[in-house]
This record gives sequence, structure tokens and C-alpha cells, in this order.
Amino acid sequence: MSFENYFYWVIVPILAVSVILVFVRFLKGPSMADRVIALDMLFLVSICIIAIFSMLFDQSTFLDIAMLFALIAFFSTTVYAYYIEQKNKR
Amino acid sequence: MKSLIFRTASDYLLPLLLLFSIFLLLRGHYEPGGGFVGGLVASMAFLIHSFAYGLTQTRKIIRVNPGYLMPVGLLLALVAGIAPWFVGLPFLTGLWFSEPLRFIGAVSSVLVFDIGVYLVVIGTTLTIFFSISESV
Repeated sequence: MSFENYFYWVIVPILAVSVILVFVRFLKGPSMADRVIALDMLFLVSICIIAIFSMLFDQSTFLDIAMLFALIAFFSTTVYAYYIEQKNKR
Repeated sequence: MKSLIFRTASDYLLPLLLLFSIFLLLRGHYEPGGGFVGGLVASMAFLIHSFAYGLTQTRKIIRVNPGYLMPVGLLLALVAGIAPWFVGLPFLTGLWFSEPLRFIGAVSSVLVFDIGVYLVVIGTTLTIFFSISESV
């Protein structure tokens, strides 16, 4: 099995299933923290998808997008954590 | 936010992200990158620092009021636009150096325009986020 077929038939379906499962948790999530973690997980899975497509299409510039995306994901999770902390203080 | 892990991470992230933003700024025009994305990455670096250490500490690092960066950036962009008039070319024409510079590559008046955009984006984003986090 070549690399491309492996990506198309094994890794991308696994990531697609995980996106659906995480999204179900994002919709159901009883507390706010669950939703924040689910959103962070969605960001991470999409970073994986971007990395795989950068390998498939042989475009190294896609990795810059993945890096910026990771930066934004980290920052948004931090701000949500700050917000939840401030909310619990009151 | 008082967390040792977050503070240590932000210490390392601030210089790395500023370096990456300058890399994105210089790579622009023909490849992905440019002033806007670079400015966003730089302001994100300062925002992460401000969440780790608090607003007053970050203002001390930046030194100038971020609101003043906007007119400076607009002025730079205007200078880059007007410059071709002195050579007899239309407004906003790119003037290129004949030889590429070392380490930086081909330099033109477009780079001055991009630096202007960079400063405007940093100023706007930091002003918006600082005023939001002051009110929270």
C-alpha cells in the first residue's frame, strides 16, 4: 500500500470519524468546560487534516497555516479558561 | 492568570512568535505571508504575554501606546504610495531595487507599504483587545 492510499483510506477516515464524535460532545457537553475542550479537540483534528493534505499535495506552505491555526487554538483555549476562572470567582 | 506553566511558556513564545511574524512579513508579496498576517501573529504574541503577566507588564514591554502605531503605519503606506510620483510613474507603482539584498531578498517600495500595514494591524488589534480586557 503506497503512502497516498494509506492516507486516503486509513488516516483521513479515522480523522473524519473523530471529528463527528468530538462534534457530538461539543453539542451535548453538559458544562462549559466540556465544550471548550471539545472545541480545542476540533482545532487539533483540523490541524492534523491540514498536515496530511500538505503531505499529499507536497505544499510546505500549508504547514504555516497549521501553525497559525495551532496558535489561535491555544490562545482561544487560554481566553476561555480565563473567562471560566473569572466567572467562578464571582 | 497565575500559572507557572503558562508564564514559562509565554516567555519562550513571545520572541519566537515575533521572529515568525517578521519572517511572514518579509516573505510576502509573491508567497503566502505579508503585513496583515505578520501583524496578527505579532499582536497574538503580545496578547498571550498580557494574559500571562497582566496588562501593565505588557504595556511596559511595548513602551508606546498601541494607538499611536496606527497613524505611523498609515503614514508609511502613504509614503510608499507617493514615492513613484517623484520618478514620474503612477500612484502606488512598485519601485524595485535592481539587486536583491543579502538575507532579505528583493526589496521594493511594496515592502514599505507592507510594514505600514503591519503597524496598523498591530495597533488596531492591541487597542481593541486591551480595551476589552480592561473592561472585563
